[in-house]
Amino acid sequence: MLARRIIPCLDVMNGMVVKGVQFAGHEVVGEAVDLARRYRDEGADELVFYDITASPQGRRVDAGWVSQVAKELDIPFTVAGGIASIEDAQMILAAGADKVSINSPALANPDLINALVGRFGSQCVVVGIDSYWDGEDWQVKAMTGDPDKTITTPWKTRDWICDVQRRGAGEIVLNCMNEDGRRAGYDIKQLRVMRALCKVPLIASGGAGCAQDFVDVFAKANVDGALAASVFHKAIISIPALKDVLRDHKIEVRP
Amino acid sequence: MVLMIADTGCANLASVRFAFARLGVEAKISADPDVLKTADRLVLPGVGAAGAGMAALQAKGLDEMLQGYARPLLGICLGMQLLFKMSTENNVRCLGLLGGTVEALPDTAGPVPHMGWNTLSLRTSDPLLRDVADNSYVYFVHSYGVQPDENTLASTQYGMEFAAMVRRDNIYGCQFHPERSGTPGAQILQNFLDVNP
Repeated sequence: MLARRIIPCLDVMNGMVVKGVQFAGHEVVGEAVDLARRYRDEGADELVFYDITASPQGRRVDAGWVSQVAKELDIPFTVAGGIASIEDAQMILAAGADKVSINSPALANPDLINALVGRFGSQCVVVGIDSYWDGEDWQVKAMTGDPDKTITTPWKTRDWICDVQRRGAGEIVLNCMNEDGRRAGYDIKQLRVMRALCKVPLIASGGAGCAQDFVDVFAKANVDGALAASVFHKAIISIPALKDVLRDHKIEVRP
Repeated sequence: MVLMIADTGCANLASVRFAFARLGVEAKISADPDVLKTADRLVLPGVGAAGAGMAALQAKGLDEMLQGYARPLLGICLGMQLLFKMSTENNVRCLGLLGGTVEALPDTAGPVPHMGWNTLSLRTSDPLLRDVADNSYVYFVHSYGVQPDENTLASTQYGMEFAAMVRRDNIYGCQFHPERSGTPGAQILQNFLDVNP
């Protein structure tokens, strides 16, 4: 049976893993390769490296650390941040990443999704979506790596989720911005709505604070994976203990 | 022993190469059939669509070389699918080293692509399965699969029962990514290095 995935997300800035609250005020939590090794050993199912400096600065991810991480890891990993062309994706995949995740560049140029899918296949192409509840609906934001450059796009999240799937996206990571960094639980309400629209794997992001939050997001929102950062980086939750809790709740996980 | 990886122009060569490097074996990467045919072990990786995959093999003259290759050959993911007779993805004729047709996974099981860690049900014993436990989790990313038959070493369930590992004579295949499948994946790659030619 297909296991639910536990996915530590490493937000990378200048090669260092950082974490901010609602994307502001970043603090350094460690080196990318060291954290990759640690999570592999602890039983992470997958890793996401998100270069949060890349898009706002018009700078691309550095293939050097991608390659270093690829040499260490025997689990899949995704690289996000600043991938704006087939050539960018080619470089990252050739460095050893399994998937590329695109966010702001896809909003600026939605045809990029089609182009990447045509060249590399759906299974390589993840679309990350930063979704914000504005009091009326969920709205897609772009350039969230830098609070000064963040913009609200014209896209409603539910429309964008449908559009990216039509374009061939193989997986969607939905970051629920209102919950991000608060450790008060995933945005179950939003994730349930988006799950119903999402025929490809859906990964929940934003809000994990304790093991029960993971139980809830799998049991109530039926997501394929749950992504989290600070609770893992700060050792608030250990992955083996989390998987024990999930198993106790009859949620299929890899040992 | 010379291990080579066929460079079909797809992008996951590095992860396969690194996985063998972790086992202490440096693989040579080539797209030249005259070079590849001298390998003692040959790996055919692949991501993307079957039509593009076969076209890439044909453009490089790799299709005939692979059909004539007599030492152990391991197809991974799309590389395994290309070993079969045909694929309904793009309705393309494949290498025909294994009987059977690659079909779309039914969308009744859940999200497609089938992406993530799923279990192997071992169906037989084989040197490729040495020290691989039944129900081991391995990492899959695919939207197409082939029904199990007499060449199936292990199968997996997702909407349908499909062949996760296959072997006929010197032809081996993994539908999942052993290079990204933790300890069981590394064991399978080691077993491939160790099989009798």
